[in-house]
Amino acid sequence: MKRTLAILASNPLSAVGVLLIALVVLSAVFADFIAPFPEHRGAVVDFVNFNKPPQWPYIFGTDLVGRDMFSRIIYAYRISLILGVVVLAIAVPIGVTIGLVAGYVGGWTEYVLMRITDVFLSIPPLVLAMSMMGLLEPTLTNGMIAVTAMWWPWYTRLVYNLARSEKEEGYVLAAEVIGASKLHVMFREILPNCVPSILTKMTLDLGFVILIASSLSFLGLGVQPPTPDLGSMVAEGAKYLPDSWWLTVFPGLAILIAVFGFNLLGDALREILGVEQ
Amino acid sequence: MLIFAIARVIPGDPARIALGPNATAEQVENLRLRLHLDQPLSVQYGHFIADLAQGDLGVSLYTNRPVTQDIAQFLPATLELIIVAGLMMILIGLPLGVISARYRGSWADSTIRIFTLLGVSAPSFVWAVILMLLFAYFLPLFPIAGRLADSMTVPTVTGFLLIDTLLAGNIKAFGNAAWHLVLPAFALALSGIGQAARLTRSNMVETYDKPYIEMAESYGFPEGRIARRYAFRPSLIPSLTIIGLDFAAMLGNAFLVEAVFAWPGLSRYGVAVILRKDLNAIVGTVLIISALFLIVNIVVDFLIAMINPRIRLSQRAQ
Repeated sequence: MKRTLAILASNPLSAVGVLLIALVVLSAVFADFIAPFPEHRGAVVDFVNFNKPPQWPYIFGTDLVGRDMFSRIIYAYRISLILGVVVLAIAVPIGVTIGLVAGYVGGWTEYVLMRITDVFLSIPPLVLAMSMMGLLEPTLTNGMIAVTAMWWPWYTRLVYNLARSEKEEGYVLAAEVIGASKLHVMFREILPNCVPSILTKMTLDLGFVILIASSLSFLGLGVQPPTPDLGSMVAEGAKYLPDSWWLTVFPGLAILIAVFGFNLLGDALREILGVEQ
Repeated sequence: MLIFAIARVIPGDPARIALGPNATAEQVENLRLRLHLDQPLSVQYGHFIADLAQGDLGVSLYTNRPVTQDIAQFLPATLELIIVAGLMMILIGLPLGVISARYRGSWADSTIRIFTLLGVSAPSFVWAVILMLLFAYFLPLFPIAGRLADSMTVPTVTGFLLIDTLLAGNIKAFGNAAWHLVLPAFALALSGIGQAARLTRSNMVETYDKPYIEMAESYGFPEGRIARRYAFRPSLIPSLTIIGLDFAAMLGNAFLVEAVFAWPGLSRYGVAVILRKDLNAIVGTVLIISALFLIVNIVVDFLIAMINPRIRLSQRAQ
Protein backbone atom coordinates (compact mmCIF):
# COMPACT_ATOMS: atom_id res chain seq x y z
CA MET A 1 0.00 0.00 0.00
CA LYS A 2 2.81 2.36 0.90
CA ARG A 3 4.58 1.50 -2.34
CA THR A 4 1.37 2.05 -4.27
CA LEU A 5 0.96 5.51 -2.86
CA ALA A 6 4.64 6.25 -3.50
CA ILE A 7 4.32 5.31 -7.16
CA LEU A 8 1.14 7.35 -7.51
CA ALA A 9 2.84 10.34 -5.91
CA SER A 10 6.03 10.04 -7.97
CA ASN A 11 4.10 9.87 -11.23
CA PRO A 12 1.72 12.80 -11.60
CA LEU A 13 0.15 11.23 -14.69
CA SER A 14 -1.04 8.25 -12.67
CA ALA A 15 -2.63 10.59 -10.18
CA VAL A 16 -4.39 12.37 -13.04
CA GLY A 17 -5.65 8.98 -14.22
CA VAL A 18 -7.07 8.13 -10.80
CA LEU A 19 -8.70 11.53 -10.63
CA LEU A 20 -10.29 11.27 -14.09
CA ILE A 21 -11.67 7.81 -13.42
CA ALA A 22 -12.98 8.84 -10.03
CA LEU A 23 -14.74 11.72 -11.76
CA VAL A 24 -16.25 9.51 -14.46
CA VAL A 25 -17.34 6.74 -12.10
CA LEU A 26 -18.77 9.06 -9.46
CA SER A 27 -20.72 11.08 -11.99
CA ALA A 28 -22.12 7.87 -13.48
CA VAL A 29 -23.10 6.42 -10.09
CA PHE A 30 -24.61 9.63 -8.75
CA ALA A 31 -26.04 10.76 -12.09
CA ASP A 32 -29.46 11.26 -10.53
CA PHE A 33 -28.09 13.86 -8.12
CA ILE A 34 -25.53 15.53 -10.39
CA ALA A 35 -27.46 15.87 -13.63
CA PRO A 36 -29.30 19.20 -13.63
CA PHE A 37 -32.08 17.72 -15.81
CA PRO A 38 -32.34 13.97 -14.99
CA GLU A 39 -35.51 13.61 -17.06
CA HIS A 40 -33.55 14.61 -20.20
CA ARG A 41 -32.03 11.14 -20.48
CA GLY A 42 -35.24 9.96 -22.15
CA ALA A 43 -37.44 11.20 -24.93
CA VAL A 44 -38.13 14.70 -23.65
CA VAL A 45 -38.86 17.62 -25.95
CA ASP A 46 -38.34 21.25 -24.99
CA PHE A 47 -38.58 23.30 -28.15
CA VAL A 48 -38.21 26.59 -26.32
CA ASN A 49 -34.62 25.77 -25.42
CA PHE A 50 -33.51 23.73 -28.43
CA ASN A 51 -30.02 23.90 -29.98
CA LYS A 52 -28.61 26.38 -27.47
CA PRO A 53 -24.86 26.96 -27.27
CA PRO A 54 -23.27 26.40 -23.85
CA GLN A 55 -24.80 28.82 -21.33
CA TRP A 56 -26.25 28.69 -17.82
CA PRO A 57 -27.98 26.39 -16.86
CA TYR A 58 -27.01 24.30 -19.92
CA ILE A 59 -23.24 24.25 -19.45
CA PHE A 60 -22.68 21.99 -22.49
CA GLY A 61 -25.57 23.44 -24.50
CA THR A 62 -28.77 21.70 -25.55
CA ASP A 63 -29.48 19.30 -28.39
CA LEU A 64 -31.92 19.66 -31.25
CA VAL A 65 -34.97 18.84 -29.15
CA GLY A 66 -33.88 20.96 -26.21
CA ARG A 67 -32.32 18.35 -23.95
CA ASP A 68 -29.40 19.30 -21.70
CA MET A 69 -26.19 17.83 -23.17
CA PHE A 70 -24.45 17.71 -19.78
CA SER A 71 -27.19 15.55 -18.24
CA ARG A 72 -27.23 13.25 -21.23
CA ILE A 73 -23.45 12.80 -21.20
CA ILE A 74 -23.52 11.83 -17.52
CA TYR A 75 -26.22 9.23 -18.16
CA ALA A 76 -24.32 8.00 -21.20
CA TYR A 77 -21.32 7.43 -18.94
CA ARG A 78 -23.47 5.25 -16.73
CA ILE A 79 -24.53 3.10 -19.68
CA SER A 80 -20.96 2.90 -21.07
CA LEU A 81 -19.57 1.80 -17.71
CA ILE A 82 -22.28 -0.82 -17.18
CA LEU A 83 -21.60 -2.13 -20.67
CA GLY A 84 -17.85 -2.22 -20.04
CA VAL A 85 -18.20 -4.05 -16.73
CA VAL A 86 -20.71 -6.58 -18.04
CA VAL A 87 -18.67 -7.32 -21.16
CA LEU A 88 -15.53 -7.93 -19.13
CA ALA A 89 -17.42 -9.89 -16.48
CA ILE A 90 -18.47 -12.36 -19.18
CA ALA A 91 -15.49 -12.24 -21.54
CA VAL A 92 -12.72 -12.52 -18.96
CA PRO A 93 -13.85 -15.77 -17.22
CA ILE A 94 -14.52 -17.42 -20.58
CA GLY A 95 -11.25 -16.29 -22.12
CA VAL A 96 -9.18 -17.05 -19.03
CA THR A 97 -10.62 -20.56 -18.58
CA ILE A 98 -10.08 -21.50 -22.21
CA GLY A 99 -6.56 -20.07 -22.13
CA LEU A 100 -5.70 -21.94 -18.94
CA VAL A 101 -7.00 -25.26 -20.21
CA ALA A 102 -5.34 -24.90 -23.62
CA GLY A 103 -2.05 -23.78 -22.13
CA TYR A 104 -1.87 -26.35 -19.35
CA VAL A 105 -3.49 -29.48 -20.78
CA GLY A 106 -1.89 -29.24 -24.24
CA GLY A 107 -2.25 -31.88 -26.93
CA TRP A 108 -5.45 -32.09 -28.95
CA THR A 109 -7.37 -29.91 -26.51
CA GLU A 110 -4.83 -27.14 -27.01
CA TYR A 111 -4.94 -27.50 -30.79
CA VAL A 112 -8.73 -27.35 -31.07
CA LEU A 113 -9.20 -24.54 -28.55
CA MET A 114 -6.49 -22.34 -30.02
CA ARG A 115 -7.69 -22.85 -33.60
CA ILE A 116 -11.18 -21.72 -32.56
CA THR A 117 -9.61 -18.70 -30.90
CA ASP A 118 -7.60 -17.97 -34.04
CA VAL A 119 -10.78 -17.98 -36.12
CA PHE A 120 -12.20 -15.22 -33.94
CA LEU A 121 -8.93 -13.32 -34.05
CA SER A 122 -8.75 -13.57 -37.84
CA ILE A 123 -11.56 -11.06 -38.33
CA PRO A 124 -10.81 -7.44 -37.43
CA PRO A 125 -12.56 -6.92 -34.06
CA LEU A 126 -14.70 -3.98 -35.04
CA VAL A 127 -15.82 -5.70 -38.23
CA LEU A 128 -16.78 -8.86 -36.32
CA ALA A 129 -18.83 -6.90 -33.80
CA MET A 130 -20.38 -4.84 -36.58
CA SER A 131 -21.50 -7.77 -38.66
CA MET A 132 -22.97 -9.41 -35.57
CA MET A 133 -24.77 -6.23 -34.62
CA GLY A 134 -26.06 -5.87 -38.15
CA LEU A 135 -27.61 -9.28 -38.04
CA LEU A 136 -29.02 -8.99 -34.53
CA GLU A 137 -31.38 -6.24 -33.49
CA PRO A 138 -29.40 -3.20 -32.29
CA THR A 139 -30.09 -3.13 -28.55
CA LEU A 140 -27.91 -2.68 -25.49
CA THR A 141 -27.97 -6.42 -24.69
CA ASN A 142 -27.01 -7.41 -28.23
CA GLY A 143 -24.29 -4.77 -28.18
CA MET A 144 -22.87 -6.46 -25.11
CA ILE A 145 -23.05 -9.85 -26.81
CA ALA A 146 -21.28 -8.59 -29.93
CA VAL A 147 -18.50 -6.88 -27.99
CA THR A 148 -18.08 -9.89 -25.69
CA ALA A 149 -17.76 -12.17 -28.70
CA MET A 150 -14.82 -10.16 -29.99
CA TRP A 151 -13.18 -9.68 -26.60
CA TRP A 152 -12.67 -13.10 -25.00
CA PRO A 153 -10.05 -14.41 -27.48
CA TRP A 154 -7.58 -11.74 -26.34
CA TYR A 155 -7.71 -13.08 -22.79
CA THR A 156 -7.35 -16.61 -24.08
CA ARG A 157 -4.19 -15.56 -25.90
CA LEU A 158 -2.79 -13.75 -22.86
CA VAL A 159 -3.48 -16.53 -20.35
CA TYR A 160 -2.49 -19.26 -22.80
CA ASN A 161 0.99 -17.77 -23.18
CA LEU A 162 1.32 -17.19 -19.44
CA ALA A 163 0.13 -20.70 -18.59
CA ARG A 164 2.53 -22.25 -21.05
CA SER A 165 5.52 -20.60 -19.42
CA GLU A 166 4.21 -21.02 -15.86
CA LYS A 167 3.65 -24.75 -16.19
CA GLU A 168 7.40 -25.33 -16.46
CA GLU A 169 8.00 -23.56 -13.13
CA GLY A 170 9.08 -25.45 -10.07
CA TYR A 171 5.98 -24.75 -8.02
CA VAL A 172 3.73 -26.34 -10.65
CA LEU A 173 5.93 -29.42 -10.78
CA ALA A 174 5.89 -29.57 -7.00
CA ALA A 175 2.11 -29.48 -6.95
CA GLU A 176 1.92 -32.21 -9.59
CA VAL A 177 4.38 -34.39 -7.72
CA ILE A 178 2.29 -34.37 -4.55
CA GLY A 179 -0.67 -35.44 -6.64
CA ALA A 180 -2.71 -32.27 -7.01
CA SER A 181 -5.53 -32.55 -9.53
CA LYS A 182 -5.32 -30.76 -12.86
CA LEU A 183 -8.10 -28.42 -11.80
CA HIS A 184 -6.24 -27.53 -8.63
CA VAL A 185 -3.02 -26.84 -10.54
CA MET A 186 -4.77 -24.71 -13.12
CA PHE A 187 -6.97 -22.59 -10.89
CA ARG A 188 -5.13 -22.56 -7.57
CA GLU A 189 -1.49 -22.63 -8.68
CA ILE A 190 -1.19 -21.09 -12.16
CA LEU A 191 -4.13 -18.68 -12.16
CA PRO A 192 -3.04 -16.60 -9.14
CA ASN A 193 0.24 -15.93 -10.93
CA CYS A 194 -1.61 -14.62 -13.97
CA VAL A 195 -3.79 -12.25 -11.96
CA PRO A 196 -1.55 -9.15 -12.19
CA SER A 197 -1.44 -9.37 -16.00
CA ILE A 198 -5.17 -10.01 -16.25
CA LEU A 199 -6.00 -7.15 -13.89
CA THR A 200 -3.82 -4.69 -15.80
CA LYS A 201 -5.35 -5.72 -19.08
CA MET A 202 -8.85 -5.42 -17.64
CA THR A 203 -8.25 -1.84 -16.52
CA LEU A 204 -6.93 -0.87 -19.95
CA ASP A 205 -9.75 -2.78 -21.62
CA LEU A 206 -12.49 -1.06 -19.66
CA GLY A 207 -11.48 2.04 -21.60
CA PHE A 208 -11.26 0.19 -24.90
CA VAL A 209 -14.65 -1.50 -24.48
CA ILE A 210 -16.15 1.97 -24.05
CA LEU A 211 -14.27 3.05 -27.17
CA ILE A 212 -15.46 0.11 -29.29
CA ALA A 213 -19.03 0.30 -28.01
CA SER A 214 -19.17 4.00 -28.86
CA SER A 215 -17.77 3.19 -32.31
CA LEU A 216 -20.60 0.72 -32.86
CA SER A 217 -23.29 3.14 -31.80
CA PHE A 218 -21.61 5.87 -33.86
CA LEU A 219 -22.41 3.73 -36.90
CA GLY A 220 -25.99 3.28 -35.68
CA LEU A 221 -25.34 -0.32 -34.66
CA GLY A 222 -25.48 0.06 -30.90
CA VAL A 223 -27.67 1.58 -28.24
CA GLN A 224 -30.71 3.17 -29.86
CA PRO A 225 -32.23 6.59 -29.14
CA PRO A 226 -33.63 8.00 -26.93
CA THR A 227 -31.16 6.25 -24.60
CA PRO A 228 -28.20 8.60 -24.30
CA ASP A 229 -25.00 7.20 -25.80
CA LEU A 230 -21.75 9.02 -26.47
CA GLY A 231 -21.16 7.44 -29.87
CA SER A 232 -24.61 8.11 -31.30
CA MET A 233 -24.52 11.65 -29.86
CA VAL A 234 -21.34 12.36 -31.86
CA ALA A 235 -22.87 10.83 -34.98
CA GLU A 236 -26.07 12.84 -34.61
CA GLY A 237 -24.19 16.09 -33.93
CA ALA A 238 -21.72 15.61 -36.80
CA LYS A 239 -24.54 16.45 -39.20
CA TYR A 240 -24.76 19.95 -37.74
CA LEU A 241 -21.10 20.92 -37.84
CA PRO A 242 -19.67 23.48 -37.57
CA ASP A 243 -22.54 25.65 -36.29
CA SER A 244 -23.74 23.39 -33.47
CA TRP A 245 -20.25 22.27 -32.49
CA TRP A 246 -21.21 21.52 -28.88
CA LEU A 247 -23.33 18.58 -30.04
CA THR A 248 -20.21 16.64 -31.12
CA VAL A 249 -17.31 18.15 -29.22
CA PHE A 250 -18.56 17.46 -25.68
CA PRO A 251 -19.57 13.80 -26.16
CA GLY A 252 -16.35 13.28 -28.12
CA LEU A 253 -14.27 14.75 -25.32
CA ALA A 254 -16.25 12.68 -22.82
CA ILE A 255 -15.13 9.48 -24.57
CA LEU A 256 -11.56 10.79 -24.72
CA ILE A 257 -11.50 11.60 -20.99
CA ALA A 258 -12.85 8.21 -19.92
CA VAL A 259 -10.54 6.17 -22.15
CA PHE A 260 -7.55 8.38 -21.36
CA GLY A 261 -8.23 7.92 -17.65
CA PHE A 262 -8.42 4.13 -17.89
CA ASN A 263 -5.20 4.12 -19.93
CA LEU A 264 -3.33 6.16 -17.32
CA LEU A 265 -4.75 3.96 -14.57
CA GLY A 266 -3.75 0.80 -16.44
CA ASP A 267 -0.21 2.11 -16.91
CA ALA A 268 -0.01 2.93 -13.21
CA LEU A 269 -1.34 -0.52 -12.30
CA ARG A 270 1.22 -2.13 -14.55
CA GLU A 271 3.97 -0.35 -12.67
CA ILE A 272 2.51 -1.16 -9.23
CA LEU A 273 1.97 -4.85 -9.99
CA GLY A 274 5.22 -5.14 -11.92
CA VAL A 275 3.65 -6.53 -15.08
CA GLU A 276 5.76 -6.65 -18.20
CA GLN A 277 4.26 -5.40 -21.39
CA MET B 1 -16.99 -20.48 -42.05
CA LEU B 2 -17.60 -18.48 -38.89
CA ILE B 3 -18.83 -15.63 -41.07
CA PHE B 4 -21.18 -17.99 -42.86
CA ALA B 5 -22.42 -19.39 -39.56
CA ILE B 6 -23.11 -15.98 -38.05
CA ALA B 7 -24.90 -14.86 -41.16
CA ARG B 8 -27.19 -17.88 -41.37
CA VAL B 9 -28.03 -18.54 -37.76
CA ILE B 10 -29.70 -15.21 -37.17
CA PRO B 11 -33.44 -15.13 -36.82
CA GLY B 12 -35.53 -13.73 -39.63
CA ASP B 13 -36.01 -14.70 -43.23
CA PRO B 14 -33.41 -12.99 -45.44
CA ALA B 15 -35.59 -13.26 -48.51
CA ARG B 16 -38.49 -11.60 -46.72
CA ILE B 17 -36.27 -8.79 -45.45
CA ALA B 18 -34.79 -8.24 -48.90
CA LEU B 19 -38.11 -7.94 -50.66
CA GLY B 20 -39.77 -5.79 -48.06
CA PRO B 21 -43.14 -6.10 -46.38
CA ASN B 22 -45.17 -5.67 -49.56
CA ALA B 23 -43.85 -8.69 -51.46
CA THR B 24 -46.22 -11.55 -52.16
CA ALA B 25 -45.64 -14.99 -50.68
CA GLU B 26 -44.89 -16.25 -54.17
CA GLN B 27 -42.14 -13.68 -54.76
CA VAL B 28 -40.53 -14.57 -51.44
CA GLU B 29 -40.66 -18.25 -52.33
CA ASN B 30 -39.02 -17.61 -55.72
CA LEU B 31 -36.16 -15.70 -54.16
CA ARG B 32 -35.69 -18.40 -51.55
CA LEU B 33 -35.36 -20.98 -54.32
CA ARG B 34 -32.90 -18.81 -56.22
CA LEU B 35 -30.71 -18.34 -53.14
CA HIS B 36 -30.96 -22.02 -52.09
CA LEU B 37 -32.44 -20.83 -48.82
CA ASP B 38 -34.98 -23.67 -48.90
CA GLN B 39 -32.29 -26.31 -48.54
CA PRO B 40 -30.60 -27.55 -45.36
CA LEU B 41 -27.73 -25.48 -43.95
CA SER B 42 -25.07 -28.00 -44.96
CA VAL B 43 -26.20 -27.81 -48.60
CA GLN B 44 -26.28 -24.01 -48.39
CA TYR B 45 -22.72 -24.06 -47.11
CA GLY B 46 -21.71 -26.34 -49.99
CA HIS B 47 -23.17 -23.87 -52.50
CA PHE B 48 -21.42 -21.02 -50.74
CA ILE B 49 -17.99 -22.70 -50.87
CA ALA B 50 -18.47 -23.80 -54.49
CA ASP B 51 -19.41 -20.26 -55.55
CA LEU B 52 -16.56 -18.82 -53.52
CA ALA B 53 -14.07 -21.06 -55.28
CA GLN B 54 -15.18 -19.52 -58.57
CA GLY B 55 -14.83 -16.02 -57.15
CA ASP B 56 -18.57 -15.61 -56.95
CA LEU B 57 -19.94 -14.03 -53.78
CA GLY B 58 -23.53 -13.93 -54.97
CA VAL B 59 -25.74 -10.99 -55.77
CA SER B 60 -26.27 -8.15 -53.35
CA LEU B 61 -29.92 -7.95 -52.42
CA TYR B 62 -29.43 -4.23 -51.83
CA THR B 63 -27.78 -2.99 -55.03
CA ASN B 64 -28.93 -5.98 -57.11
CA ARG B 65 -25.45 -6.33 -58.56
CA PRO B 66 -22.82 -9.04 -58.01
CA VAL B 67 -21.16 -8.46 -54.65
CA THR B 68 -17.72 -8.77 -56.23
CA GLN B 69 -18.55 -5.90 -58.57
CA ASP B 70 -19.72 -3.73 -55.67
CA ILE B 71 -16.60 -4.47 -53.67
CA ALA B 72 -14.31 -3.82 -56.64
CA GLN B 73 -15.88 -0.39 -56.97
CA PHE B 74 -15.56 0.64 -53.32
CA LEU B 75 -12.42 -1.14 -52.16
CA PRO B 76 -9.74 1.04 -53.84
CA ALA B 77 -10.88 4.21 -52.05
CA THR B 78 -10.65 2.42 -48.70
CA LEU B 79 -7.29 0.84 -49.48
CA GLU B 80 -5.88 4.19 -50.56
CA LEU B 81 -6.97 5.72 -47.27
CA ILE B 82 -5.56 2.85 -45.21
CA ILE B 83 -2.24 2.71 -47.05
CA VAL B 84 -1.63 6.45 -46.62
CA ALA B 85 -2.61 6.19 -42.95
CA GLY B 86 -0.28 3.23 -42.55
CA LEU B 87 2.60 5.21 -44.03
CA MET B 88 1.83 8.07 -41.64
CA MET B 89 1.84 5.61 -38.76
CA ILE B 90 5.31 4.33 -39.68
CA LEU B 91 6.83 7.68 -40.67
CA ILE B 92 5.49 9.57 -37.65
CA GLY B 93 5.03 6.87 -35.00
CA LEU B 94 8.46 5.24 -35.11
CA PRO B 95 10.49 8.51 -35.08
CA LEU B 96 8.38 9.82 -32.19
CA GLY B 97 9.13 6.66 -30.23
CA VAL B 98 12.86 6.95 -31.00
CA ILE B 99 13.01 10.61 -29.94
CA SER B 100 11.03 9.85 -26.82
CA ALA B 101 13.37 7.01 -25.83
CA ARG B 102 16.59 8.84 -26.70
CA TYR B 103 15.66 11.89 -24.63
CA ARG B 104 13.76 9.89 -21.99
CA GLY B 105 12.84 11.90 -18.95
CA SER B 106 13.06 15.21 -20.81
CA TRP B 107 10.17 17.54 -21.57
CA ALA B 108 10.13 16.29 -25.17
CA ASP B 109 9.63 12.75 -23.87
CA SER B 110 6.76 13.81 -21.59
CA THR B 111 5.07 15.77 -24.37
CA ILE B 112 5.31 12.88 -26.79
CA ARG B 113 4.04 10.43 -24.18
CA ILE B 114 0.97 12.50 -23.38
CA PHE B 115 0.31 13.15 -27.06
CA THR B 116 0.58 9.48 -28.00
CA LEU B 117 -1.58 8.35 -25.08
CA LEU B 118 -4.23 10.84 -26.12
CA GLY B 119 -3.98 9.48 -29.65
CA VAL B 120 -4.72 5.98 -28.38
CA SER B 121 -7.51 7.19 -26.10
CA ALA B 122 -10.13 8.34 -28.55
CA PRO B 123 -11.88 6.44 -31.31
CA SER B 124 -10.90 7.59 -34.76
CA PHE B 125 -14.29 9.15 -35.38
CA VAL B 126 -13.72 11.57 -32.49
CA TRP B 127 -10.38 12.59 -33.96
CA ALA B 128 -11.99 12.83 -37.38
CA VAL B 129 -14.63 15.23 -36.05
CA ILE B 130 -12.10 17.29 -34.06
CA LEU B 131 -9.64 17.53 -36.97
CA MET B 132 -12.44 18.42 -39.33
CA LEU B 133 -13.69 21.15 -37.03
CA LEU B 134 -10.22 22.62 -36.48
CA PHE B 135 -8.60 22.34 -39.90
CA ALA B 136 -11.52 22.35 -42.29
CA TYR B 137 -14.00 24.74 -40.64
CA PHE B 138 -12.20 27.10 -38.26
CA LEU B 139 -8.97 27.13 -40.24
CA PRO B 140 -10.10 26.23 -43.75
CA LEU B 141 -6.82 24.58 -44.73
CA PHE B 142 -8.23 21.28 -45.93
CA PRO B 143 -11.36 20.20 -47.80
CA ILE B 144 -14.29 19.03 -45.68
CA ALA B 145 -15.30 15.85 -47.46
CA GLY B 146 -14.93 13.68 -50.52
CA ARG B 147 -11.95 12.47 -52.52
CA LEU B 148 -11.62 15.05 -55.29
CA ALA B 149 -12.96 18.50 -56.10
CA ASP B 150 -16.25 18.32 -58.02
CA SER B 151 -14.79 20.33 -60.90
CA MET B 152 -12.19 17.69 -61.63
CA THR B 153 -12.70 14.34 -63.32
CA VAL B 154 -10.15 11.65 -63.89
CA PRO B 155 -10.68 8.48 -65.94
CA THR B 156 -10.90 5.48 -63.61
CA VAL B 157 -8.19 2.93 -64.26
CA THR B 158 -7.18 1.42 -60.93
CA GLY B 159 -9.66 3.22 -58.68
CA PHE B 160 -6.74 4.59 -56.67
CA LEU B 161 -7.06 8.32 -57.29
CA LEU B 162 -3.40 9.01 -56.53
CA ILE B 163 -2.39 6.55 -59.26
CA ASP B 164 -5.18 7.42 -61.70
CA THR B 165 -4.36 11.12 -61.62
CA LEU B 166 -0.70 10.41 -62.31
CA LEU B 167 -1.62 8.04 -65.15
CA ALA B 168 -3.76 10.79 -66.61
CA GLY B 169 -0.79 13.14 -66.22
CA ASN B 170 -2.98 15.52 -64.26
CA ILE B 171 -0.66 16.91 -61.58
CA LYS B 172 -3.25 19.38 -60.33
CA ALA B 173 -5.78 16.63 -59.69
CA PHE B 174 -3.08 14.55 -58.01
CA GLY B 175 -2.40 17.40 -55.62
CA ASN B 176 -6.11 17.82 -55.01
CA ALA B 177 -6.63 14.15 -54.29
CA ALA B 178 -3.63 14.08 -51.94
CA TRP B 179 -4.95 17.20 -50.22
CA HIS B 180 -8.30 15.48 -49.67
CA LEU B 181 -6.51 12.51 -48.13
CA VAL B 182 -4.59 14.35 -45.41
CA LEU B 183 -7.27 14.80 -42.73
CA PRO B 184 -9.05 11.42 -43.02
CA ALA B 185 -5.77 9.52 -43.18
CA PHE B 186 -4.35 11.38 -40.19
CA ALA B 187 -7.51 10.81 -38.15
CA LEU B 188 -7.29 7.12 -39.01
CA ALA B 189 -3.56 6.95 -38.26
CA LEU B 190 -3.58 8.72 -34.89
CA SER B 191 -4.20 5.72 -32.67
CA GLY B 192 -1.68 3.67 -34.65
CA ILE B 193 0.88 6.45 -34.36
CA GLY B 194 0.30 6.45 -30.62
CA GLN B 195 0.68 2.70 -30.24
CA ALA B 196 3.73 2.43 -32.49
CA ALA B 197 5.45 5.29 -30.65
CA ARG B 198 4.59 3.93 -27.20
CA LEU B 199 5.80 0.45 -27.96
CA THR B 200 8.98 1.63 -29.68
CA ARG B 201 9.76 3.83 -26.70
CA SER B 202 9.23 1.15 -24.08
CA ASN B 203 11.28 -1.41 -26.01
CA MET B 204 14.11 1.02 -26.66
CA VAL B 205 14.20 2.12 -23.03
CA GLU B 206 14.55 -1.55 -22.11
CA THR B 207 17.30 -2.04 -24.68
CA TYR B 208 19.18 1.00 -23.36
CA ASP B 209 19.80 -0.95 -20.15
CA LYS B 210 21.57 -3.75 -22.00
CA PRO B 211 25.35 -4.12 -21.56
CA TYR B 212 26.15 -3.75 -25.25
CA ILE B 213 24.74 -0.24 -25.25
CA GLU B 214 27.02 0.61 -22.35
CA MET B 215 29.89 -0.82 -24.32
CA ALA B 216 29.01 1.24 -27.37
CA GLU B 217 28.81 4.31 -25.15
CA SER B 218 32.20 3.59 -23.61
CA TYR B 219 33.67 3.32 -27.11
CA GLY B 220 32.49 6.88 -27.58
CA PHE B 221 30.09 6.17 -30.44
CA PRO B 222 27.92 9.19 -31.21
CA GLU B 223 24.55 9.28 -29.44
CA GLY B 224 22.57 9.30 -32.67
CA ARG B 225 24.33 6.24 -33.99
CA ILE B 226 23.74 4.34 -30.75
CA ALA B 227 20.07 5.25 -30.87
CA ARG B 228 19.63 4.21 -34.49
CA ARG B 229 21.88 1.17 -34.78
CA TYR B 230 21.97 -0.39 -31.36
CA ALA B 231 18.83 0.62 -29.52
CA PHE B 232 16.29 1.02 -32.33
CA ARG B 233 16.97 -2.09 -34.38
CA PRO B 234 16.11 -4.74 -31.80
CA SER B 235 12.95 -2.80 -30.89
CA LEU B 236 11.83 -2.81 -34.49
CA ILE B 237 10.54 -6.37 -34.30
CA PRO B 238 7.83 -5.89 -31.64
CA SER B 239 7.02 -2.52 -33.19
CA LEU B 240 6.44 -4.18 -36.54
CA THR B 241 4.08 -6.66 -34.92
CA ILE B 242 2.00 -3.89 -33.42
CA ILE B 243 2.07 -1.93 -36.68
CA GLY B 244 0.71 -5.00 -38.42
CA LEU B 245 -2.09 -5.28 -35.87
CA ASP B 246 -2.87 -1.58 -36.14
CA PHE B 247 -2.90 -1.76 -39.90
CA ALA B 248 -5.48 -4.50 -39.59
CA ALA B 249 -7.47 -2.54 -37.03
CA MET B 250 -7.61 0.32 -39.52
CA LEU B 251 -9.65 -1.92 -41.82
CA GLY B 252 -12.37 -1.66 -39.18
CA ASN B 253 -11.72 1.91 -38.12
CA ALA B 254 -11.92 3.07 -41.72
CA PHE B 255 -15.68 2.51 -41.33
CA LEU B 256 -15.76 5.33 -38.78
CA VAL B 257 -13.55 7.81 -40.59
CA GLU B 258 -15.26 7.26 -43.92
CA ALA B 259 -18.58 8.05 -42.30
CA VAL B 260 -17.33 11.44 -41.04
CA PHE B 261 -15.57 12.52 -44.22
CA ALA B 262 -18.17 11.14 -46.65
CA TRP B 263 -15.45 9.00 -48.18
CA PRO B 264 -16.95 6.78 -50.88
CA GLY B 265 -15.26 3.58 -49.72
CA LEU B 266 -16.03 0.00 -48.82
CA SER B 267 -16.97 0.92 -45.28
CA ARG B 268 -19.90 3.04 -46.31
CA TYR B 269 -21.08 0.17 -48.45
CA GLY B 270 -20.54 -2.18 -45.52
CA VAL B 271 -22.65 -0.12 -43.15
CA ALA B 272 -25.36 0.31 -45.74
CA VAL B 273 -25.66 -3.43 -46.33
CA ILE B 274 -25.44 -4.25 -42.62
CA LEU B 275 -28.34 -1.93 -41.88
CA ARG B 276 -30.35 -3.62 -44.66
CA LYS B 277 -29.42 -7.16 -43.57
CA ASP B 278 -28.12 -7.93 -47.04
CA LEU B 279 -26.58 -11.34 -46.35
CA ASN B 280 -24.49 -11.93 -49.46
CA ALA B 281 -23.05 -8.44 -49.31
CA ILE B 282 -22.26 -8.67 -45.59
CA VAL B 283 -20.56 -12.03 -45.99
CA GLY B 284 -18.63 -10.77 -49.02
CA THR B 285 -17.48 -7.58 -47.32
CA VAL B 286 -16.39 -9.34 -44.13
CA LEU B 287 -14.66 -12.00 -46.19
CA ILE B 288 -12.66 -9.45 -48.18
CA ILE B 289 -11.69 -7.55 -45.06
CA SER B 290 -10.65 -10.75 -43.31
CA ALA B 291 -8.60 -11.76 -46.33
CA LEU B 292 -6.82 -8.38 -46.26
CA PHE B 293 -6.30 -8.80 -42.52
CA LEU B 294 -4.71 -12.20 -43.16
CA ILE B 295 -2.48 -10.84 -45.93
CA VAL B 296 -1.25 -8.02 -43.69
CA ASN B 297 -0.43 -10.50 -40.93
CA ILE B 298 1.46 -12.78 -43.31
CA VAL B 299 3.44 -9.83 -44.71
CA VAL B 300 4.32 -8.72 -41.19
CA ASP B 301 5.45 -12.22 -40.18
CA PHE B 302 7.57 -12.35 -43.30
CA LEU B 303 9.13 -8.94 -42.61
CA ILE B 304 9.91 -9.94 -39.04
CA ALA B 305 11.56 -13.13 -40.25
CA MET B 306 13.66 -11.07 -42.66
CA ILE B 307 14.72 -8.54 -40.05
CA ASN B 308 15.40 -10.94 -37.20
CA PRO B 309 18.82 -12.54 -37.81
CA ARG B 310 17.99 -15.38 -35.41
CA ILE B 311 15.07 -16.52 -37.54
CA ARG B 312 16.74 -15.67 -40.85
CA LEU B 313 19.91 -17.60 -40.09
CA SER B 314 18.24 -20.58 -38.44
CA GLN B 315 16.13 -21.07 -41.56
CA ARG B 316 19.22 -21.00 -43.74
CA ALA B 317 20.99 -23.52 -41.58
CA GLN B 318 18.23 -26.07 -41.98
